[in-house]
Amino acid sequence: MIQNRTKDHAALAEDFIKDEKRVDWHDGALWWIRQKRDKVAKQIPEWEDLREAASLIKSNVLSNLHDYLLQFEANATKNGIKVHWAADAKEHNEIVYSILKAKEIKQMVKSKSMLTEECHLNEYLLERGIEVVNSDLGEYIQQLAKEPPSHIVLPCIHKRKEEIGELFHEHLGSEKGESDPTILTRTARKHLRDVFLTRRGALTGVNFAVAETGEFVVCTNEGNADMGAHLSDVHIASMGIEKLIPQKKHLGVFLRLLARSATGQPITIYSSHFKKPRQGQEMHIILVDHGRSRQLGRVDFRNSLKCIRCGACMNTCPVYRKSGGHSYHNTIAGPIGAILAPNLDMKKHADLPFASTLCGSCSNVCPVKIDIHDQLYKWRQVIVKEGYVAKTKTIGMKAMAWTLSSPDSYTAAGKVGRWVLKNTPFAVNNKLNPWYKQRDMPGAPKESFEEWYAKNDLKGKS
Amino acid sequence: MTIGLFIPCYINQLYPNAAIATLQLLQKLGVDIIYPPKQTCCGQPMANSGFEHLTQGCNDHFIENFSGVDYIVAPSASCVLHVKDHLHSDKNQEQANNIRGKVYELVEFLTDILKVEKLNARFPHKVGIHQGCHGLRGLNLAQMSELNAPPFSKFKHLLNMVQGLELIRLDREDECCGFGGAFCVAEEAVSVKMGKDRVADHERNGAEYITSSDLSCLMHMEGIMHRKKSPVKIVHIAEILNSSL
Repeated sequence: MIQNRTKDHAALAEDFIKDEKRVDWHDGALWWIRQKRDKVAKQIPEWEDLREAASLIKSNVLSNLHDYLLQFEANATKNGIKVHWAADAKEHNEIVYSILKAKEIKQMVKSKSMLTEECHLNEYLLERGIEVVNSDLGEYIQQLAKEPPSHIVLPCIHKRKEEIGELFHEHLGSEKGESDPTILTRTARKHLRDVFLTRRGALTGVNFAVAETGEFVVCTNEGNADMGAHLSDVHIASMGIEKLIPQKKHLGVFLRLLARSATGQPITIYSSHFKKPRQGQEMHIILVDHGRSRQLGRVDFRNSLKCIRCGACMNTCPVYRKSGGHSYHNTIAGPIGAILAPNLDMKKHADLPFASTLCGSCSNVCPVKIDIHDQLYKWRQVIVKEGYVAKTKTIGMKAMAWTLSSPDSYTAAGKVGRWVLKNTPFAVNNKLNPWYKQRDMPGAPKESFEEWYAKNDLKGKS
Repeated sequence: MTIGLFIPCYINQLYPNAAIATLQLLQKLGVDIIYPPKQTCCGQPMANSGFEHLTQGCNDHFIENFSGVDYIVAPSASCVLHVKDHLHSDKNQEQANNIRGKVYELVEFLTDILKVEKLNARFPHKVGIHQGCHGLRGLNLAQMSELNAPPFSKFKHLLNMVQGLELIRLDREDECCGFGGAFCVAEEAVSVKMGKDRVADHERNGAEYITSSDLSCLMHMEGIMHRKKSPVKIVHIAEILNSSL
């Protein structure tokens, strides 16, 4: 769905934070998931080895992507799956449309696929008279609310159950004021069951595709991918080209990491293997590049393609927890989104690598050990060099660099600064100073350490 | 063994007492310490804002100041990490690398190089440790809560030697305070919310003081606490370790 793009991350975050109770609750919910993740990760003695193994397997995939893709294509084709190649979102959407059109399918059910969100597939199909229903409960709620997901694993984590009750009352006819999660889930299930039974076309995402066997694996907690795919005449699976793993034996490493990292579960409720179409069914797989090969060519950023979309970096990120997923104005929010998005559109997403304190927690929870916070730092350098920051900032930074590179100018500036703090606090304690808005300035000591040291020259005397 | 004392720019100007405590503490421990005059900045504020290419002046100046010493010690984990990770020189990268290898944050210098086992210090207060992210995840001053690895804490190792000091337990041991350099003004709303929550954790758990090896984090939290007239105060870890009996 179309993202809000009139404000940058800082401004959107400020809007979100205005409702401080909601922020506290959002922060608490995600922190609770982070704690669940810690607990299960610490129950496995070999956890850190698993992360290392997963990271190395993905390094191998990225270095041999060409060969693995061709191997996958050959094996999937042998299994009876029709393989398509899409260079970008547009080609992907056209392929989906052409498959549905050939079968005269006007309604499709879709399980969780961040890639199709990235491609804005729902809007594209709607414009061509094809209706799509998102069957993942969180995404279903977001679709009713006409909002994009705010989190890749927990799409409506920013919504309270009362708000969901309102939406269901409006769209699904549940009792007004009903906010009991069990009752609301049953209401959604009733509607979705009907969708599953009547849709001839189903689209799923792909969590892992195995080059060796030509099969793919879809992980869900709700079984919605299976219900959609098994009841349909046509099953389309959309996958980014980086989702490959070399062999089936590698799957165990990733399945053990994925759900533990995502929600603190040992494994997703359903890990569904799709290898060939059932009799009479068509099965398609679309291999989508959409900027991925460009990212692969960026030496500093290629590791971002190891991502298995667990969302752990979002749950742990204090900035994400306090600012909400929509403040990132990108399909993938949070730290991982902030290193993926500039590759797609550097100008549009120039603010995102700066939406971080570089605390580094993201890199520590990442199950495939992506150096997320280092990449955020590196993106900042690239974005500045490419000229995507405000001119005023550049001038300010140049002045700062000049002041700090010379001891004399720095000493002079320091003196002036302390003098200003002490004698004319109104010069800094005002609305134009964002530090002062909700924080006091530090006190101004009468002398700097350097001045003190010159007077006291304590060397050897203490 | 000669130690070069590196006092980051904002500590020099705004928190001279932490710098004095660092100097006096190291002198008490019997090390030969010099303060190369005319220090400025490690260049981190520019680099973290994406302007690393403008930091050559700061880098050259830093290299010039500290080439002659055996170790460089600073009471700021964040600045030390920046030097360790990013100090470069167009003229002499070998010299820059040499400096990267001998720069230490105060706490790690005390535990790893001086191997301090006893301190004559007293600080009869309830203290919460704010583990600055750069010290924690960059310099490994303590175990990171995300990892499945044995716990340790260089902060606690030292603070446990201080008489009368009572460490409090926080609900979130290593949550970021939201300072983040330029982040604190560029993302003012998020930064302040993070800071408020970090402060609240200490208040809720009964801290009289918040200590850290990073004054930038403390400055941010101090600003928030001062504004809301919180009774909790900040103190740099050097000031606690340098306190007298």
